[in-house]
Amino acid sequence: MTTVAVPAWTRRRALALVERNVMIYRRSVTPLLNALVEPILYLLSIGVGVGMLVGTVPGVDVPYAAYVAPAILATTAMNTAFNQTSFGVFIRMRVEKTYEAILPTPLSVTDIAVGEVTSAMINALLTSIGFLTLMAVGGLVTSAWVLLALPASVLISYAFAAGGLAVTTYLRDFPDFQYIQLFMLPMYLFATTFYPLSVYPEAVRPLIQALPLYHSIELVREPTLGHLGWDLLIPVAYLLAFGSIAMYVATRRMTRAMLR
Amino acid sequence: MLRVFRYWVTRYRRTWRGSIVINVLNPLLFLIGIGAGLGALVDDNAPAQIAGVSYAAFFAPGMLAAAAMQNAFLEGAAGVARAAGFGAYRSATPTPLRPEQLAAGHLLFITFRVLIASGAFIVVMAAFGLIRGWWALGALLGATLTGVAFAAPAAAWAVGVRKLRQIDTVFRFVIMPLYMFSGTFFAVSQLPEWIRPVSYLLPLWHGVELCRTLSLGTATISGSSVHIAYLLALAIGGFLVARVTYRRRLHP
Repeated sequence: MTTVAVPAWTRRRALALVERNVMIYRRSVTPLLNALVEPILYLLSIGVGVGMLVGTVPGVDVPYAAYVAPAILATTAMNTAFNQTSFGVFIRMRVEKTYEAILPTPLSVTDIAVGEVTSAMINALLTSIGFLTLMAVGGLVTSAWVLLALPASVLISYAFAAGGLAVTTYLRDFPDFQYIQLFMLPMYLFATTFYPLSVYPEAVRPLIQALPLYHSIELVREPTLGHLGWDLLIPVAYLLAFGSIAMYVATRRMTRAMLR
Repeated sequence: MLRVFRYWVTRYRRTWRGSIVINVLNPLLFLIGIGAGLGALVDDNAPAQIAGVSYAAFFAPGMLAAAAMQNAFLEGAAGVARAAGFGAYRSATPTPLRPEQLAAGHLLFITFRVLIASGAFIVVMAAFGLIRGWWALGALLGATLTGVAFAAPAAAWAVGVRKLRQIDTVFRFVIMPLYMFSGTFFAVSQLPEWIRPVSYLLPLWHGVELCRTLSLGTATISGSSVHIAYLLALAIGGFLVARVTYRRRLHP
């Protein structure tokens, strides 16, 4: 049999999986709307409610809600992407056996990985657009640079979608998801989402600055508050590196697990 | 009923590690992240705004009640729905145990779990110096009562639920908003005047107020009895409905 020389994966093939996910999501918009409920509640309760008690954050001259909103935007992009490649992929891999049905087709494991990450990024971009719209309606937008939050959320979702995919390959069963929670929840609370780095003692700061969510929040918050500088390249580089390493680990491990 | 309780305890002795993250660590992380971290900003800005105590001392009892609600709801809804769908209830139906005994035993177990988790939380509060005196033990009972007030109606509803996804939906659209707007993170008195009466109807608000006044030592007999009566009514009403719904699902 003659085989056509094709690369290990092509963009078009990965897009077939994206198309599959889009077709399924189109039937129910609810998962995307659901993804917006929690961030909105946090924004109203902590941003606006507790914000009345906080006033302004030291060193930042915007109301507290406007300070928190970009961070919640970053976490929304993170969660949407991460949930799809962790829960979603785990269910498709172990419960629904979707990939077993896909592998006999021309798609490779790498195509599946790239396709899942791409469609997670699309979903994250959609929820980010939704959240940004709500921020604008609520008067929490103070700078036109806020539009940079959208490419930023694409990058964030790349990093976390790939990260989720890599982590999923290590999970044995559903109870293992709580170990993920054990990492994600503290990161959500401590990665400067609700207060600046200056609240922490000097010794703890490098620990916080090592977190991927810290860089994600920087990347959204700084332009949203109108601060633009070359130092934004640090989070960009961090997230690109984080996502690419995770992507490498994920495809390697998925290939090994699925093509025994 | 005690047999049912013993069943759940035996099971829990083997599986408690699986729930420790959500039941104990989750509220603790919020206590540190929000209470201490965000509290630092609040206390710098307006120390006197919230009843003259630090934000952490204000927030902790609210979190105590809210965590009791979340734990009790999850076990009372998801735990019961699973037991009714393909678990313990199915196996218990052919035995002489009556459905209301199954309900009572399971609720007793949930009460026990909430009591333990709340106890652990209060120990941490004490370690941080966030409680005033022995009245805080009253807050432990208050939190447990809050839990039962959510577990009983949740169980009454969930025993008939066949799709677990419905429970996620109720959690997202009922429990989360209650958590956020019942005075847990900020005082209801900050809300605009017209919406406050709505807050006073929320069951979690009563739980939060009960725990907060007890732990800050500002409880009044009349205030506390209103909160207790409201929560008890929910718990008892929930159980009475559960008797009917359990019978309907398990002995159709």
